[in-house]
Amino acid sequence: MERKHAIFPARVGIIFLTPALLFVVVFLLYPFVRVFLLSFTNQTLLGTTAPNPEFVGLDNYQRLFDPDRWMRLGEFGSALKITAQFVVGSALIGQAGMGMLIAWAFYRKRGVLREVVFTLVILAWIIPETVVAFTWVAFLDWEFGTLNSVLDTIGVGRPDWLFDRPLQSIILFNSWRGTAFSMLLFSGALETIPPSYVETAEVVGATAWQKFRDIFFPLLRGHILTDLILITLWTFNVFTPFLLTGGGPAKRTEVVSIYTYRTAFMGRHEFGKGSSIAVVMMLINLALALIYLASIRRRRAT
Amino acid sequence: MNSFLMRSWLARALLFAFSVIIAAFFVTPLLWLITAPFNTQANLAVTIPSNPSLANFEAVYNNKFAMRALFQNNLIIGGGVMVLVAGVATMASYGLSRTHVPGRDVLVYVLILFSSVVSGTAAMVPIFLLVFRLGLIDTYAGVILVMTGGLLPSAIFIMRDFIDSIPRSYEEAALVCGASSLRVFRDVALPMVRPGVVVVAIWAFVNAWGAFLIPSVLLRSPDRMPASIASYSFYTEAGTPNLTLLSAYAFLYTIPVLVLYLIVNWRFGFRFFGGIKS
Repeated sequence: MERKHAIFPARVGIIFLTPALLFVVVFLLYPFVRVFLLSFTNQTLLGTTAPNPEFVGLDNYQRLFDPDRWMRLGEFGSALKITAQFVVGSALIGQAGMGMLIAWAFYRKRGVLREVVFTLVILAWIIPETVVAFTWVAFLDWEFGTLNSVLDTIGVGRPDWLFDRPLQSIILFNSWRGTAFSMLLFSGALETIPPSYVETAEVVGATAWQKFRDIFFPLLRGHILTDLILITLWTFNVFTPFLLTGGGPAKRTEVVSIYTYRTAFMGRHEFGKGSSIAVVMMLINLALALIYLASIRRRRAT
Repeated sequence: MNSFLMRSWLARALLFAFSVIIAAFFVTPLLWLITAPFNTQANLAVTIPSNPSLANFEAVYNNKFAMRALFQNNLIIGGGVMVLVAGVATMASYGLSRTHVPGRDVLVYVLILFSSVVSGTAAMVPIFLLVFRLGLIDTYAGVILVMTGGLLPSAIFIMRDFIDSIPRSYEEAALVCGASSLRVFRDVALPMVRPGVVVVAIWAFVNAWGAFLIPSVLLRSPDRMPASIASYSFYTEAGTPNLTLLSAYAFLYTIPVLVLYLIVNWRFGFRFFGGIKS
């Protein structure tokens, strides 16, 4: 980034930045520090440990990583495994894959088809999450749902999506919900490719796949990496599947964000244990965000 | 037909088929939201109502609790977040753009890093206790402040693109004429970045409008619940939804988002505003 001269002295800048700094310190930095401290206590919302939480050392972490039970449904290891499948299926394959396909199909094209497709994909992204959860419950319904009507017509059968295939359901749902981001990012990135590269390839008779492999992919590698890191980060934290399945049936869609919610905000409201889960989640977020920042920095430098 | 024409025709047909499949996948889950509200016998199926009627909307209108959620609570929360995010982000990005505050680069780095790290349900655990200590549980203020904190970093990046793109000469001229820094900001810079402020404000409003997690954790009394949570009032105790009312309510709840999308698309073109750069 080029450095421009300052218009005002630094003291004025500090005044302009103070409100934002207050928000960042109170609602981002403080919670980050506080959650570490909380994770070593047995703080709850109700009962004797609510006003006077005790220091319990690494107890919460030992309970999370207890090798005898952590892979059972409804435990931390199982939630991590479900989350990994959810991220790979819905973000890396579903959203990034469809986003790239759509962006590529409409590369250097304008017109009604593009407008219709882009608008529908964006609508899925911006409609309030509770509304899309309701429409998806209707869409996936075993008896009346549109999906099963279509599948029945083409003779594939009628799976009971939310009951028998809950994980596939939330993967399909989240692919639908979030494709817009990757689509917009990739279509913006494709516009930065000089048309002459593509025209030259066309003159020498390159196939679509060759153009993708030899021109688009190498030039877009940075954008692809950015996209994959960001959607992984967001999908890892997303809470919307809760509105579709509540984590069930039988905890089979309990991703880590839902597991945290259930531990800290339902039942016994175990904030101490919830904090230890939050610490692990934030450390994973931190790793992803550092990779993201490092990748931007490296590209800026070159 | 020569082979070149043949290939171009084939490419068009393929693109058309591809568009139909993608469009169908993205629109079919939404069809229920368009048909059910106008059908007094709506179930989970997508059926075009034989007698389209507004009776469902009338019944929703009579549900005082749900109406207050939509027309009072959502507007207070959305409006509060919109004003705070747009105001604070505009000031901050102006400061970042026009002065050399020591440690500026570190600040930007921390902003990107922690806005991604402290998010979602993980952040809600310490934030709940913080809001509890501040005595702001079950208040609009608590919800508005927490949402503002979460949206602010992205808003600053969106805003910075707009501010970096406006020329500085007017501000410098005003300074030479002896205007104070506050006046330069308010009377010279602000009118020029107005499109940016509008985009950030709409973006913040839409985010607050649809939010579920934060109000569900921080609010207690039914009177203050926003529409995302009030939607569940159309479920019976046994957990079965009243689909006619639920669909009509969801429809009303979605309209503002669609209208704002159309406005942004028409005025500015829907695209990425800042933040995401490769």
